[in-house]
Amino acid sequence: MNNLLSVSGLTAGYGGAPVIHDICLDFVEHQIAVIIGPNGAGKSTLLKTIFSLTEKSDGTVNFKGGDISTLKTSQLVPLGISAVPQSRNIFPTLTIEENLDIGTYAAPPEDKAAVRNKVLNLFPDLADKLDQPAGELSGGQRQMVAMGRALMSEPSLLLLDEPTAGLSPAYLEKIFDLLLDIRNNGVTIIMVEQNAKQALRIADQGHVLVNGRCFVSNSGAALLADEEVRRLFLGGVAA
Amino acid sequence: MSEVVFFINLYLVPGLTIGAVYALGAVGISMIFGILRFAHFAHGDLMTIGGYGVLTAVWFIPLHPLLLLPFGIALAVGAALTVDKFFYRPLRQLPTIYTVISSFGVALIFRSVAQLFWSSGNQVFIPGIRPPLVLFDTFRIATLHAQVIVLTIVIAIALHLFLSRSQMGRSMRAVSDEPELAAIAGLDTDKVVRWTWIIGASLAATAGVFAGMDTSMHPNLGWNLLLPMFAAAILGGIGKPMGAMAGGLIIGLAEELATYPWIGTDPFISPSYKSAVAFLFMVGLLLFRPQGLFKGRLL
Amino acid sequence: MEMTGLFFYLVSVLIAGGIYAILCLALNIQWGMGGLFNAGIAGFFAVGAYSSAIVTAAATHKHLGGFELPIPFGLAAAAIVAGLTGWAVARICVRLKSDYLAMASIGIAEILRLVIVNEDWLTNGSLGISGIPRPFGDWITGRSSDIAYLIVVWSIVLLVYVIAQRLHESPWGRILRAIRDNEHSARATGKDVERFRQHTFIIGAAIMGVGGALSAHYFKFLSPSATEPLLVTFLVWVMLMAGGSGNNRGAILGAVTIWFIWSATEIFANRLPPEWITRSSYIRMLLVGLLLQFVLQRFRSGLLPEKSPKLDFDRDKTP
Repeated sequence: MNNLLSVSGLTAGYGGAPVIHDICLDFVEHQIAVIIGPNGAGKSTLLKTIFSLTEKSDGTVNFKGGDISTLKTSQLVPLGISAVPQSRNIFPTLTIEENLDIGTYAAPPEDKAAVRNKVLNLFPDLADKLDQPAGELSGGQRQMVAMGRALMSEPSLLLLDEPTAGLSPAYLEKIFDLLLDIRNNGVTIIMVEQNAKQALRIADQGHVLVNGRCFVSNSGAALLADEEVRRLFLGGVAA
Repeated sequence: MSEVVFFINLYLVPGLTIGAVYALGAVGISMIFGILRFAHFAHGDLMTIGGYGVLTAVWFIPLHPLLLLPFGIALAVGAALTVDKFFYRPLRQLPTIYTVISSFGVALIFRSVAQLFWSSGNQVFIPGIRPPLVLFDTFRIATLHAQVIVLTIVIAIALHLFLSRSQMGRSMRAVSDEPELAAIAGLDTDKVVRWTWIIGASLAATAGVFAGMDTSMHPNLGWNLLLPMFAAAILGGIGKPMGAMAGGLIIGLAEELATYPWIGTDPFISPSYKSAVAFLFMVGLLLFRPQGLFKGRLL
Repeated sequence: MEMTGLFFYLVSVLIAGGIYAILCLALNIQWGMGGLFNAGIAGFFAVGAYSSAIVTAAATHKHLGGFELPIPFGLAAAAIVAGLTGWAVARICVRLKSDYLAMASIGIAEILRLVIVNEDWLTNGSLGISGIPRPFGDWITGRSSDIAYLIVVWSIVLLVYVIAQRLHESPWGRILRAIRDNEHSARATGKDVERFRQHTFIIGAAIMGVGGALSAHYFKFLSPSATEPLLVTFLVWVMLMAGGSGNNRGAILGAVTIWFIWSATEIFANRLPPEWITRSSYIRMLLVGLLLQFVLQRFRSGLLPEKSPKLDFDRDKTP
């Protein structure tokens, strides 16, 4: 089991005020890692920091053995990292086809048509709406467009910030199933989730963040079974 | 019949011509507003600079001014990229209104440079009067007007293809839509900004030459066209270049048609108040439909 | 002789400087306190100038007027008409992003210019209005009337300053700055943001009208060229930026400083060889344009920066 991404001693935040402190985490290749924790724990900040969207004051981020902590966001996409923010994650006036196409610009794949087919196989719902502006889609379909765009650069690592926020339970299931498919295609996923219980069920690894620090890490199943984690973060109900 | 011919020759075609000038200028204003998020007050004066570029080329090279357009385009693009680098870019982290103020100053800089180097008087591209084109023995259209309308149609088609098909065109629309997501998707925002200026300035220079050939070149040429171009950009919807094109044509036509003697024999609106038409359009839009006809963004 | 000449030159510079100080204080209310961009200062200036001229000028058949009212009525008319114009502009665009207000204010200035040039019955067109009285004109003539006028202008500067300062310190001014710096939270506390902005714009426009009226009474003659649109608007912006937006004393200091520099370059330019004199005015415009860029980039808080309550305006980026 190789680590695709390791962060160590990571301290970062906005405007000089750190939000996360001394984070040390390893993310294993071809796994889904879910980050959970209460509101304000710094989950999204951790994702943004990995993607160089915050101000780092300390620590390193290692990707495939190289330090990427000093690189700019635009340099990370060509290395094989893609990210989907929680909101405003599509280009509303561009068509679905164009949204997907944008995903290839920073890191052009060798065979664009093949990648496009692969992505459309994952999201068959989109295939017959390619010429429709993405802004006209429902929340779940927008999420698919956003993930599809991120996958068009054939990333080895996909960062997702609350991919199921605001979705209906039916879509929630669908998105989680899709994430398993994406992982099975060889993509490592790091995601932040509010729907912690469902997310941990598909997670290979779970990490709990509290007050900007690592609280506990374990396999998804083990966290679901953990009394304390259940009581504190999963609403106390048995999994 | 002769009434219709009279209308077409004296109102419709000139309206389309001035509309084409507004359209080409408004494209740049709309794109800059969409991508850099500020109203570019120096855009009219950028047209002036482009016009003078071609005027100077005409003095040295004995060719038709329209063939010398590349000189004007080069000068306007160079000027736009220079002011962006030295004046607008350093203000990009501030509220965009500071860039608006800066562009207001750049307008003055461009104009005084034009007055300094090309004198403040009127200058013509080609001296003398050229006979109009006569079609079907009835339509008498100035050659320039025909050239302007045809060239503008060609440019509109090319622009549409560029924006919808090319990688840079799509990137520009993406940055206009969601600048932060565009950065997350790894798009080179600096390059997009550069191309916005290149296209905006090229079309402005073209419009400047058209306007200067239609009347004459003078340092206030572009500034006087700024208001209808803003109106056109708002009418078309900010961040919608093709909408801005349509908006320009509509405003140009409306200005000319407003002076047609619709009732009785006097002009409906006195020609000296032509530019008020654009303003009325703008006021009406801001009151009732600030996102424009084609659902542009409301910044 | 040389000394008296210099003295009266200084007086004329200070009169114009005082008029600019009034315009600058007005812009400071709109922009410095309210964050509203007005690119049509010349329009409000012209409206005020013509209103006061028409109300006070001697009877003539050439244009509307002949009311021969006392000058204070002229100033009041200037403030009312310019304020109404400001109200119309503000109604349309204060709720939109400030760029739209900038466009609309340029538009209104342009329309007003068209009206002034074209409506002969009202303004006598490009021939202009003459016979505009100056305060105390019946008793003081010649050069000493300049000194009297200097006192009048600077008394009004003082009055406007006191008003602006009162506004600045009042609860109204505090709310206004709160709106400028964080519109959303101001709105969230239940403030009627639009109304506050409208009032700001109207007050500023009315004061600009008074500035225009004072200029008409100074020159005793008014024609469309007196309201060269870009130059007035532009100089006032440079003055406020250099003086310190948000600070009323800064607005006055900026106006006087920049006007002195502008006038000094004029003296210098007049000594150039004849073929350069016309060009020198373009060079001056160019330099003012560059000065604005310098102030915007390196000197944003101005000579006298905005003071208490301390606000970090520059870092407050609109989302």
